[in-house]
Amino acid sequence: MVPTSYYLILSAILFTIGVAAFLIKRNIITVFMSIELMLNAVNLSFVAFAHQWHQVSGQIFVFFVMVVAAAEAAVGLAIIIAIFRTRNTLNVDEIDLMKL
Amino acid sequence: MHLVLFFIFGGLCVAGALNLLLQRHPINSALSLIVVMSSLAVLYLLLGAEFLAAAQVIVYSGAIMVLFTFVIMLLNAGREERTHGSKAAYLVGFPGAAALLALLVYVFLSYREQLGGVVLGEYLVTTSDLSRVLFHELLLPFEVTSVLILVAILGAVALARKEQ
Repeated sequence: MVPTSYYLILSAILFTIGVAAFLIKRNIITVFMSIELMLNAVNLSFVAFAHQWHQVSGQIFVFFVMVVAAAEAAVGLAIIIAIFRTRNTLNVDEIDLMKL
Repeated sequence: MHLVLFFIFGGLCVAGALNLLLQRHPINSALSLIVVMSSLAVLYLLLGAEFLAAAQVIVYSGAIMVLFTFVIMLLNAGREERTHGSKAAYLVGFPGAAALLALLVYVFLSYREQLGGVVLGEYLVTTSDLSRVLFHELLLPFEVTSVLILVAILGAVALARKEQ
């Protein structure tokens, strides 16, 4: 038997690594990948709670998160391609047109 | 047995995520993210979510990561360079992330008695269980997601198209 809290702690570790990568990485594609990592970490805690309370709704949530993540990845990568076309860089520090 | 599998694949998850953080080339980060997602699929199987394990492999480590590696190769992304923003990000990023982790782990450990444990094969959600909920109570949200996907495809094509 594995305590449910182990799964939740694993999810917390993955989410924290995602947050750290989001803040530290300078490449826009890697920043985007760390968002995917955070979504995956939250999905793991949804599935763990679905198992804990014997509810299907937790897994339904994960299904919808996957759908939204797929849509978000398609649109986000298209935006990244558009940015690269106009500014010719992937570094987030150089994409600061909206900064005061 | 369950504990051993959990530690093997949980360790793989954490190792892949740390590798994503430490690698400087985006293609290496993308490949380590595939490792994370595939081992998460095994953890879903241990938690009795067989449909989600399959969907995780097909949608995440299949479709989404192929899209990522394709864009990395299309844009010919090189190693990321350190800039003036890196130092501030290091100063804020690591302590903030460590504080978040400490808070979450504290909460989960303090509720560990109420949460109980996971027994392998005790609770299994089959695809028919999942689809019964999805196509009866949640039919409208399910149909709305198809509109969302359609809009996302149109948006992606419109954004990535070359300007005339």
